[in-house]
Amino acid sequence: MALITYREALRQALKEEMHRDKNVILLGEEVAQYNGAYKVSKGLLDEFGEERVIDTPITEEGFTGVAIGAAIAGMRPVVEWMTFNFSIQAMDQVFNNAAKMLYMSGGQVNIPIVFRGPNGPAEYLASQHSQALASVYAHFPGLKVVSPATPYDAKGLLKSAIRDDNPVVFMEAELMYAWEGDVPEEEYLIEIGKADLKKEGDDVSIITFGKPLKIVTEAAEILEKRGIHADILDLRSLRPLDEEAILKTVKKTNRAVIVDESWPVASMASYIGWFISHKAFDFLDAPVELVTSEDVPMPYNHTLELAAQPSVDKIVQAVQKVMYIGEA
Amino acid sequence: MTSDNTKKQETQNPPDLKHMLGQMLLIRRFEERAAQAYGLRKIGGFLHLYIGQEAVAVGSIAHLDLKRDYVYTAYRDHGHAIACGMDVKKLMAELYGKESGCSRGKGGSMHFFDREKHFMGGNGIVGAHIPLAAGTAMKIKFNKENGVVLCFFGDGAIHQGAFHETLNLAKIWNLPVVFICENNQYGMGTDFRRVSSVDDFSIMGQSYGIPGKQVNGMDVLEVYREVGEAVYRAKEERTPILLEIKTYRYKGHSMSDPAKYRTKEELEEYKNQDPILILKDHLLKEKKLTEDEFQKMDKKIKEQVRAAADFAEESPEPALESLYEDVLV
Repeated sequence: MALITYREALRQALKEEMHRDKNVILLGEEVAQYNGAYKVSKGLLDEFGEERVIDTPITEEGFTGVAIGAAIAGMRPVVEWMTFNFSIQAMDQVFNNAAKMLYMSGGQVNIPIVFRGPNGPAEYLASQHSQALASVYAHFPGLKVVSPATPYDAKGLLKSAIRDDNPVVFMEAELMYAWEGDVPEEEYLIEIGKADLKKEGDDVSIITFGKPLKIVTEAAEILEKRGIHADILDLRSLRPLDEEAILKTVKKTNRAVIVDESWPVASMASYIGWFISHKAFDFLDAPVELVTSEDVPMPYNHTLELAAQPSVDKIVQAVQKVMYIGEA
Repeated sequence: MTSDNTKKQETQNPPDLKHMLGQMLLIRRFEERAAQAYGLRKIGGFLHLYIGQEAVAVGSIAHLDLKRDYVYTAYRDHGHAIACGMDVKKLMAELYGKESGCSRGKGGSMHFFDREKHFMGGNGIVGAHIPLAAGTAMKIKFNKENGVVLCFFGDGAIHQGAFHETLNLAKIWNLPVVFICENNQYGMGTDFRRVSSVDDFSIMGQSYGIPGKQVNGMDVLEVYREVGEAVYRAKEERTPILLEIKTYRYKGHSMSDPAKYRTKEELEEYKNQDPILILKDHLLKEKKLTEDEFQKMDKKIKEQVRAAADFAEESPEPALESLYEDVLV
């Protein structure tokens, strides 16, 4: 095991896959000469050359579509969106072409491509640069969507995503790039569609994915001290969703809190909440609680922006609510 | 474009004019039959007919070796699919929404596909396939293959961001793609002159350093010659090219459009320069075809189309289980 950052884990995955398969290319804004806006691709230009590590102009719809066209013809592009905020420009290409072409062509034209970059709120960036789009991408059949929260998961899932014959949307986060975690020296893959029980406890299930795993873990530590033991289920993949793992934890603890940094309406959290109520109604001892971002665009002011997002305190409160424990 | 290139292209690849005439006729008879079936409610949804524009697809695609070259087009895609040699039985069955259709009944009129023949659709969002075509050209360049991509789109697509973004990318990356704007003069019901900053679309590549030319799309020989040059240059010089091929659709935008935005005189004027009649007359004059041969050809094609309609009619509906198939590999 080696202690490395999330950023380094992604870089290792890219590097290993680019060595393994010459059809893997990386393209996006500032990925080559600038070494990546967040330095994920540092050194890759020197190692693989400008034919495979390609700087693009600021034309998200254009280069995303070009990459899809290359994938149609057999290449395996990894598209880096500088942030998912800018991917909104490219959504037509992702939703109408990448996600649907296999279906529209009756199974003939598959698209082996990865769209990756930082998603979700960062700090002091205001509403256009700070938003979580997981629910939007997860809405579309024909895509796989993953959102790893640790360096270990990031590396294993990115390698799987690059080898996948379907389009995979791979969500990272600005604030996660410097986070550290243990990663094996030897090669490994993580199957897309498998959740991971990050912590075990019998009293309540906290279900989350991506960056909020950190505050969920902190909240669980506080709850431990209060004698409440939580299962923490890290979904890792949103599409396909590990329904079995969700039902298993909920049937064990009989209580569920879902933490999702997206907005609440039509979100992963609200879908999973419905799913649990539908499939495990008789196992529930309390209504499912959601902890999401507030239903407002992200403000710039730091106090306000923190108030707009899920927090350790909000998670603790939600857990206490599903356990019918009043304010201490 | 130099005349040297023309010579090279024509010597390498002399046109099989009778074959091209047959293809144009097949497109026309196929679509007439499809329109009939639409009237009988055998076909639903949008049906965008290509009648009048046949010379563009046929004259262009005649240059391709579809083992190494590729074709992308928009939703008015029947003509290009036929010109790529797709089986009209499978095409008609697709219009009928049958399992035996080229896209298993999941694409319909706007989404014909044949991966083996490098016919990559059939795209229903105006302009959205233009980047895809450039991406496929990127693969050709990356693998140092000797191929080219033809990307067809209408005058309605040329103002989309996807077009302009792609032209820039194709130029900076030197991609072998020929962008063919089939200007049939109406984006749905809107005369292109009302919504365009220029009347001559061939100049729209200039700000990206991409050469362009206007071509008469009612004359298949001119289309063949000019696309030949463009294909040659795209391959040899590794450069994108933009062609505006002026053409005309005889029918409305889709079946529900009575086309009241144009005059009968205008329509008649174009019907007088019908691409099939022009080529037929040329071949008669050159004594390469007799009227009798033409009638026989037409009869044979009508039978082929009737057989396709029978095949579509008799093919089974897709099984309900297929609903969840083809979502992911």
